[in-house]
Amino acid sequence: MSRVGILAVLIISACGAQEAPLIRANTILGDAITQPLTETAGDTIRGEQLFVSRNEGHCILCHQVDGLDAEFQGDVGPDLTLVGDRLSAGQLRLRIADYQLVQPGALMPSYYRIHDLHQVGEAYSGESVLSAQQVEDIVAYLVERRASGDDA
Amino acid sequence: MKRFAGATLIALIPACSAPPAAENATEIAAEDIVSGSIFLTAETRDLQEDNFANPGYLWVDRGEALFSKAPASGEACITCHEAGLSGVAATYPAYDEKAGRVLNLEGRINQCRVTHQSEPAWEYESEELLSVTAFVANQSLGAPVSVDVSGPAQDIYEAGRDYFQTRRGQFNLSCQQCHTENWGKRLRGDTLSQGHGNGFPAYRLEWESLGSLHRRLRDCDLGVRAEPLPYGDPLYVAVELFLAARSNGLEMESPAVRR
Repeated sequence: MSRVGILAVLIISACGAQEAPLIRANTILGDAITQPLTETAGDTIRGEQLFVSRNEGHCILCHQVDGLDAEFQGDVGPDLTLVGDRLSAGQLRLRIADYQLVQPGALMPSYYRIHDLHQVGEAYSGESVLSAQQVEDIVAYLVERRASGDDA
Repeated sequence: MKRFAGATLIALIPACSAPPAAENATEIAAEDIVSGSIFLTAETRDLQEDNFANPGYLWVDRGEALFSKAPASGEACITCHEAGLSGVAATYPAYDEKAGRVLNLEGRINQCRVTHQSEPAWEYESEELLSVTAFVANQSLGAPVSVDVSGPAQDIYEAGRDYFQTRRGQFNLSCQQCHTENWGKRLRGDTLSQGHGNGFPAYRLEWESLGSLHRRLRDCDLGVRAEPLPYGDPLYVAVELFLAARSNGLEMESPAVRR
């Protein structure tokens, strides 16, 4: 590669423009990703930990789930206490991965996305907020937030 | 081939420029503009309003001493500014003819040091610059923010507005989305403020120190996992101008106390 070519690649990689979407368009059906992102099934308990953990998902910064052992839950986003009655696993998966594909301009960050971002901190360059397995864990936790409680 | 590669490079650079800021962005209605002190607990607000208890006054007092002290090479600030600088800070950032650009209060103080006192500029966020800035800002306590964004300041104001409205960082959030569109809602135990700068330099409990508005802006950029700009960056000065214009009429509160 020519020196100029290498420079061009360096410049592009600095802004994330070359990153391919993590979610392929042909895996999206309507407003859902029906197939899990990983072969290992999501873990509900791990999902609850991620939902609360300040250093990982920290979903409670903006959302609430009644009965969680966590004080001061946020209210910027909707209450998710009964979200399993409203949304399927596939719908939750797409909303967590990249809500902006469901609703362009939506406030909610895209947790499984690396493309088309701007001024990303060096420490986070080229990385999604959550791993595919972490998305699956949170989907597993949220899909069980239903009035009936247990799995159907 | 080389020329072709060069052309390709130039064509690719725009891919790295900032995405467009939100079009038709909403603004807070003038009658709804409120200071960040509204969102404090009663205890913290009392702390701010008590000149003896408010830790920010440690810096104001240091600033007063520095203001009166002649540097080795020249005269003290007070020699020229004997009558004080009441109300001046409320008009900053402002376009400065001599500098040919918009300066914030820190930049204006450093300009005086360099041109009138033949002293090196103080480093941004140094105790000296924070202290003198707080001392000067405090002389506008209670005065309405009244910055001018007409004429040569217009472009800088617009650059600041664009920064405020542009999504950035791994979390892909703009300042606007939290501080204009969702102020008053809760992020866990914190209430989202409207993001005004009328209290800065401010004593922030999280810092256990006084800090500049640029330090606060850096914290927000870091919060959305964006690469923060350097202290004193002209783009942060532009954001500061936009924020001040957005809050024109609010009372100056420096040194405010913030969470």
